[in-house]
Amino acid sequence: MTEMAHALRVQNLSKSFNDNSVLRGISLDVATHEVVCLIGASGSGKSTLLRCINLLEPVNAGRIWLGDEEITRAGIDEDRVRQRIGIVFQAFNLFPHMTVLRNITLGPREALGLSRSEADERARGLLERFGLSEKSDDYPDRLSGGQQQRVAIVRALAMDPELILLDEVTSALDPELIAEVLNLIRELAGRGMTMVIATHEMSFARDIADRVCFLDEGVIAEAGPPDQIFTAPSHPRTQRFLQRIIAAGRM
Amino acid sequence: MGDTKRSAGRGSRLLGNRAVLVSTTSTILFFIAVAVVVALAPGSDIVGERFLNWVHLKQSLLGTATAPSVAEAFLLNVRMFMIAEAIILVLALVIALVRGVPGPVFFPFRAVAVVYTDIFRGVPLILVLYMIGFGVPGLGLGYVSTRSDITYGIIALVLVYSAYVAEVYRAGIDSVHQSQTAAARSLGLSRWQSMRFVVLPQAVRRVIPPLLNDFIGLQKDTALVSVLGSIEAARAAQIYGAEQFNYSAYVVAALLFVLVTIPLARFTDHLIARDRRRREAGGAAPGALGTAAGAPHDVPGAIG
Ligand SMILES: Nc1ncnc2c1ncn2[C@@H]1O[C@H](COP(=O)(O)OP(=O)(O)O)[C@@H](O)[C@H]1O
Ligand SMILES: [Mg+2]
Repeated sequence: MTEMAHALRVQNLSKSFNDNSVLRGISLDVATHEVVCLIGASGSGKSTLLRCINLLEPVNAGRIWLGDEEITRAGIDEDRVRQRIGIVFQAFNLFPHMTVLRNITLGPREALGLSRSEADERARGLLERFGLSEKSDDYPDRLSGGQQQRVAIVRALAMDPELILLDEVTSALDPELIAEVLNLIRELAGRGMTMVIATHEMSFARDIADRVCFLDEGVIAEAGPPDQIFTAPSHPRTQRFLQRIIAAGRM
Repeated sequence: MGDTKRSAGRGSRLLGNRAVLVSTTSTILFFIAVAVVVALAPGSDIVGERFLNWVHLKQSLLGTATAPSVAEAFLLNVRMFMIAEAIILVLALVIALVRGVPGPVFFPFRAVAVVYTDIFRGVPLILVLYMIGFGVPGLGLGYVSTRSDITYGIIALVLVYSAYVAEVYRAGIDSVHQSQTAAARSLGLSRWQSMRFVVLPQAVRRVIPPLLNDFIGLQKDTALVSVLGSIEAARAAQIYGAEQFNYSAYVVAALLFVLVTIPLARFTDHLIARDRRRREAGGAAPGALGTAAGAPHDVPGAIG
């Protein structure tokens, strides 16, 4: 067996909000170029896990490595870590007072220290690649939801991250706008981007994931290749979750 | 799309013109009625003579050999509020930012900022003026104690109004949704960079109307600096009135104050209206109009 390069390692991660124990011992390894989908009911802790990985939430116990650097150790430069991880939120969270181009170049310029022309060039290249060129001078609220979310993904990509975290990025979109965003993510996967994707789009997860993790009450109840999880789930709670999804017509 | 918007704008301006006509007519009628009532009142001649005497209005405005010009004195008010406003804009922002700095190390700084705003919002301006204007010179602290009344007046205004304006800034900062900060931090921006590039620009835009409102209050309150002996407009009017036994000078001073607050008040209204229009137009930011014609507008209300 060859030694696998790990982009991300999560070991025994626990997180609670006051008395509410949200993550209870999560362990998860993500190989470079791997796409991992997190599925699970609302409130099972998917967003919290992604936010912990990005150090947006302090963890109570457990350790996280990005590449071979432990990012949960004391004294870590959190800003440097976040520069290496992209995250895209359900609600886009674009900066409404900045043009699309400025949204995308803010991080590269201020955090990475790129010159304006370097950052602009990088941003325009990405916008071009994802069919958003004409939008570069618009303000976010002139864009459709699908366009906004694609810009948010481009904003994360412009940091040239080692890893991208996607948190239910299509949940706030009208149905007809979902496909354009999912197609973009497919393209990223095709280019070998390492991704952890929390999603309710089961057919998308089945299609794109190398591995699917079913989160249930703060633990990964079951993990495996999508075919196994979706056709022959072994854990009774996974079975019940998938039955509910099918009953709701979401698969 | 741009066309319909423009013609809609023209339409409402036409409507506005008619409204202006109606309101002008009704205003004139109203003042004629008031004038008639005043003219018929038993003391009207005396009041007219005492408050609206043309010769005194003009003389007090320009000054006499013995009484200072109210207009010239008013320049002192203008100087005081312009200097004070410039300092307040910066100092209040610093206070608001200090109040928001997290971490136990900064507790004393936060505490000072809280105590500061509590005290200077609570104490009447006139008492602060007395304490600074008479207290500091009495301390005999060399340079610090030998400044002009005007300087002490400006300091008192800055102390009091910075406390108010800091709270205005803080409300603006709090009104920016924390998901905006999360998005900025997730790009690797530091706390300060997130504040500077993402939170503050949005916060300041939102608080411009209440901030200008506080500045209108400040402009009027420059008159209180006269308690320290400075001859600003209100004090100049008082001197003239006492000398000539005529109060027209007060009317002159009042008109001068109104003259500078009205543009600011209208400007505030304009900004509020512009903000409302922008929200109603689906939130197009300035400069975005026209470049994005045809873009769909189905924006979920999820953004900060
Ligand atoms: N900032 C927070 N403060 C308190 N509780 C939170 C916070 N964020 C999430 N939670 C709680 O954590 C649990 C998991 O939430 P979340 O991670 O958003 O789940 P999911 O993304 O799977 O729907 C929920 O019970 C939620 O109420
Ligand atoms: Mg979630």
